[in-house]
Amino acid sequence: MNAVPISWFLTLSAVLFVLGVAGFVFRRNIITVFMSIELMLNAVNLSFVTFSYQLKKVDGHLFTFFVMVVAAAEAAVGLAIILTVFKNRSSLNIDDVDTMKD
Amino acid sequence: MDSFLLISVVKAAVVFAVLMTTLAYLQWVERKVIAHIQVRPGPYRVGPHGLLQPLADVIKLLTKEDLIPPYVNKPLYLLAPFLAITMALLSISVIPFGPTIEIGGVRTWMQLTDLNIGVLFVLAVSSMGVYGIVLAGWASNNKYSLIGGLRSTAQMISYELPLSLAIASPLLISNTLSLRELVERQAGGIWSWNVFHGPFPQVFSFIIFLIAAFAETNRVPFDLPEAENELVAGFHTEYSSMKFASFFMAEYANMITVSCMATLLFLGGWVAPWPARYGSSLVPVAIFAMAGLVALYHGSRPARRRDRYSLPAFGILFLIAAAVFLLPIVQAWLLPLFWFCAKTGAILFAFMWVRGTLPRFRYDQLMGFTWKFLFPAAMLNLLVTGFLVAWVS
Amino acid sequence: MDVILFLVFAILAVACAINVVVQTHPISSALSLVGVMCSLAVLYLLLGAEFIAAAQVIVYAGAIMVLFVFVIMLLNAGAEVRKGRSVMAQTLGAPLLVALLGLMAYFVQRLFPRGDSVRFGGFTGGSALDIGRALFTTYLLPFEVTSILILIAIIGAVVLARKELE
Repeated sequence: MNAVPISWFLTLSAVLFVLGVAGFVFRRNIITVFMSIELMLNAVNLSFVTFSYQLKKVDGHLFTFFVMVVAAAEAAVGLAIILTVFKNRSSLNIDDVDTMKD
Repeated sequence: MDSFLLISVVKAAVVFAVLMTTLAYLQWVERKVIAHIQVRPGPYRVGPHGLLQPLADVIKLLTKEDLIPPYVNKPLYLLAPFLAITMALLSISVIPFGPTIEIGGVRTWMQLTDLNIGVLFVLAVSSMGVYGIVLAGWASNNKYSLIGGLRSTAQMISYELPLSLAIASPLLISNTLSLRELVERQAGGIWSWNVFHGPFPQVFSFIIFLIAAFAETNRVPFDLPEAENELVAGFHTEYSSMKFASFFMAEYANMITVSCMATLLFLGGWVAPWPARYGSSLVPVAIFAMAGLVALYHGSRPARRRDRYSLPAFGILFLIAAAVFLLPIVQAWLLPLFWFCAKTGAILFAFMWVRGTLPRFRYDQLMGFTWKFLFPAAMLNLLVTGFLVAWVS
Repeated sequence: MDVILFLVFAILAVACAINVVVQTHPISSALSLVGVMCSLAVLYLLLGAEFIAAAQVIVYAGAIMVLFVFVIMLLNAGAEVRKGRSVMAQTLGAPLLVALLGLMAYFVQRLFPRGDSVRFGGFTGGSALDIGRALFTTYLLPFEVTSILILIAIIGAVVLARKELE
């Protein structure tokens, strides 16, 4: 009983991913929605690292690394967009940003 | 296993006690240094030469009323100083102070723990330390605190880049991320230290590291988050008593960590500047003996009446210290410790010196300086180092 | 020991993740997310990914989340108003999510029987050396492409922020 089954890690990853989806679907604040995306990315990263352990290869770590880089780029651009949206509409509610609907 | 646990607990206790004392006395040293820069005596009333001043300060801070303003966000307001001090003290746990020592048949490193990724650990912990300041600024619900918090966030994210790049180039030369191995690769004397060694001496990187470190620890000339003439006291305006003391201690602990990192990365850690066979082991003896003799000389003709007993007492203490450095039993571990403390102390003195000398930056100058000058310079330095390391090997 | 470590940090991660979704104030959500990331970093260490664990704390918790907190503070975002939620999301959302979770858990249990297990120190190929070697040999092209991606992101962020200043 000194070792953790690999399925536990993957289940944890699934739970975190579903929580991220829940935040993405239910929340209305743009920033919180954005953070839910980050939570999903983190959940996927955990699976990558777990698979890397399972296969005894470093490739999963590399994918995690690339996900981090992409997340950093995404955060920089995304937050700049949020700043612009807030300046134009003075609201962070995601339902207010619906001009493209009409 | 049991002895490992016991040794770890003892080491942690010793390091904690020494660190706390150093934190208290560093503040006394800083007040004295700045006072002498400004040609005034500094703290003088409590104890001989104000030596008991830190004790008095601690008692004052502990007994002050602990006020929590009614308009703050309470959980985050309480979390912030805790986070700041924890992150500041945590990084000391991977800093090696010296080589292995043997006491009573037990061999151990003068380091709490060595990690394969020691350098990254220090970076990670210091990057988490930002949250303490940011949350303090936000949770205080005060516009000055908020502006202080915002300024420190922007400043710390920006200066982390040149800091990391400046750390990366000595790592390229030393080829390891473990702090202990880092020092072992620099053994041999002053020309093997990273700051002078290798295909490309890391002098520029050392200077960039120090400048970025001043900004990361929110010290003058980059103390914009607590600029008192515009922001009252910045992010810790609403804090009193022990919570204020936590921020204060965190600042000094960060200074110590950064100085230790500079010593380990660039100045060869506990390695003496030249080998012991050319007499480097006599340097501490000479320094302490000289200090003792100067104190005795001034004690024999005191400028003030109260110095008649205190100065000779200090002189004798210094002479005893000099004698201790001559004992071969303790030399093995005392000498590395001396060199480590001397190098770290020199950098800490530079911190105080700068504080006594330079005025504060303007905010746009601060940001322009890092993005337009420091960051490209660090990048160029890393590039040149990388090319030269690849070319030589 | 490994099991205790896993359970402590897994429960911490799930609790923080629930907090991210439940909290109405964005700054509380952001701090909970930092908690998730730090507990995940510990789990990465357990899996032998020491470099990734450090990068997780430095890049995710120390840089990206600080940026989030900075923007939340800059916009002075208040607590979220709960209104105008569509009926379909309210009624169907939770059951569908639970179904998704159940499906994923089922496949995980099916594909990875309990025989495989994680032991601390069971995989030591995650050091900075190994990652660097793989990064500059096998994954050189993706690495260069990400650097261009970062450049594009910098330019994009600067352009957007400039427009905001005028």
